[in-house]
Amino acid sequence: MKIIKKGMAGTLESSDVLVVISPNNDIGLKLVLQSKVEKQFGSAIRMCVKNTLAMCGVSDAVIEVRDQGALECVIKARVEAAAYRAAGETNSRFEVPS
Amino acid sequence: MAYDKQRADVYAQEHSLQKFEGVFENSPQLKKKSDKRHRKLLPSLEDAVKASGLCDGGTISFHHAFREGDKVVMQVVKVLSDMGFKNLTIASSSLLNCHDGLVEYIRSGVITRIFTSGLRGELGEAISNGLMDVPVQVHSHGGRVHLIQTREISIDVAFLGVASADEFGNANGSHGELSCGSLGYAKVDAQYAKYVIALTQELVDFPNYPASLSQDEVDAVVATEAVGDPSLISVGAARLTKNPRDLLLARIAASVIENSPSFKDGFSLQTGSGGAATATTIFLGEKMVEKNIKASFALGGITGPIVDLLNKGMIGAIADVQSFDVVAAQSLRDNTAHTEISANEYANASSKGAYVDRVDVVLLSALEVDTAFNVNVLTGSDGVLRGASGGHCDVAAAANLTVIVTPLLRARMPCVVDTVNTVVTPGETVDVVVTDHGIAVNPNNPDLEKRLHDAKLPIMKIEELRDLAIKRAGAPSPIEYTDKVVAVVRYRDGSVVDVVRQVAQ
Repeated sequence: MKIIKKGMAGTLESSDVLVVISPNNDIGLKLVLQSKVEKQFGSAIRMCVKNTLAMCGVSDAVIEVRDQGALECVIKARVEAAAYRAAGETNSRFEVPS
Repeated sequence: MAYDKQRADVYAQEHSLQKFEGVFENSPQLKKKSDKRHRKLLPSLEDAVKASGLCDGGTISFHHAFREGDKVVMQVVKVLSDMGFKNLTIASSSLLNCHDGLVEYIRSGVITRIFTSGLRGELGEAISNGLMDVPVQVHSHGGRVHLIQTREISIDVAFLGVASADEFGNANGSHGELSCGSLGYAKVDAQYAKYVIALTQELVDFPNYPASLSQDEVDAVVATEAVGDPSLISVGAARLTKNPRDLLLARIAASVIENSPSFKDGFSLQTGSGGAATATTIFLGEKMVEKNIKASFALGGITGPIVDLLNKGMIGAIADVQSFDVVAAQSLRDNTAHTEISANEYANASSKGAYVDRVDVVLLSALEVDTAFNVNVLTGSDGVLRGASGGHCDVAAAANLTVIVTPLLRARMPCVVDTVNTVVTPGETVDVVVTDHGIAVNPNNPDLEKRLHDAKLPIMKIEELRDLAIKRAGAPSPIEYTDKVVAVVRYRDGSVVDVVRQVAQ
């Protein structure tokens, strides 16, 4: 999936996360993380964001994550939605895996 | 026999008694007729400080009845700094977000030691990061009185903000336009401080009744523009919260109390502040009306919903150490069944009789609870000071039924954990932990567990709650600390129950 524009998902409500993904001109992933729970979950959040992007096939992007203590499932969903929007992908199927 | 002064003098000398040297010899305040009634009224805070004899290294005290609306602490510390004082100890009954400005005066050496019940905001964060050389002593509301009585806190000058005072020092928090309600904490300072300055927004005619602080305790009165903003006192809105999780917690907590052996006619309660606690008071009140079970008295920090139950006749009396909102402050003023009590009467373990000793049911909140039922209300999940000991450990220790209410998760942070960051209230004084995912009963109370189980409440083991929290959130990395102690947690009897260390950067 190629990132062609800015894509956003999420909010700054408590327990949510705001994810902004924009193009990074074919030079890899750049992740900027701000989190209320950085000390306790910083590495877990980075891992989750990177895994989700890999799953979406995104290899070049700038990802800004402002986390308000979101659970992992929320982070995953927000990253995925932001990636689809940033790729201009409209045929997305956001389903809960069975 | 004629009066012979010499005979009296000889007798005095022989018996090492004081010789009579004139009626005003030891009452100089009566010498000047023009001055004797107005002598305590001083034109400015600076004059009062000079009259107090405060020296570098002295201890100054404050109360926190105005909570986030307090304007006394910062006003006084600025004046003391401008006057060149250094190395002072602040003994405030608590410190809140509105006291963030103290950081500057700690850096400049005006303040070097702190006694308080709570630390929050930028002040708490700076202290957690090692701002002070001497650790802060964190006490409970009852424990503060104990430390004062045992002279560990020896107050040189108490600066007490009041809603109204007369020129002779009779003062209260309940009468006056900007009323804060009870002066429960200040009463102790007025009794024990070497010099007491009443700072008042309203100077009223003598005599000012009720005299929560009495003329025989007050040395100086200063009229000042602002002692506090009552609109910022309110910490638990009287309105029912709309937060669905708080409502759920409150419903479960009310059911726990309803099904406990303590819920019977004549019982007594304390429910505190905050969304869930306020809602619990309302739901419990409905059950009291429904079953016609009346409470003998309610204690504590008092909120509107408690006052409402008093007005409905469902509570016989209110003992109020601190009024948490305008409704409580007005009720204290207007209703004779609503009484102001001092922190010594409220919760001091070494007083001859504390109200907490007679409480049946108390509902308390928590930042964290651990599998030994220990409660942390002082440090956040990141290890930073952001709370207050308050009356938590005082009431928990004395009440027959101590109910702790906490969500299982706050955002991503588990609130039921293996070991709390900081112990404020020891687990053996906690009976029930209510979360939005289930209730855990302390194994030291099997009868209660059976009753709640029979009532079909969702009882779980505390370890199950801990596991569920980690399943939802993942296991957080432990907080890293340095070896430097930044705060000492004193139990209500003055003993050291825990220490808080500096958070590693």
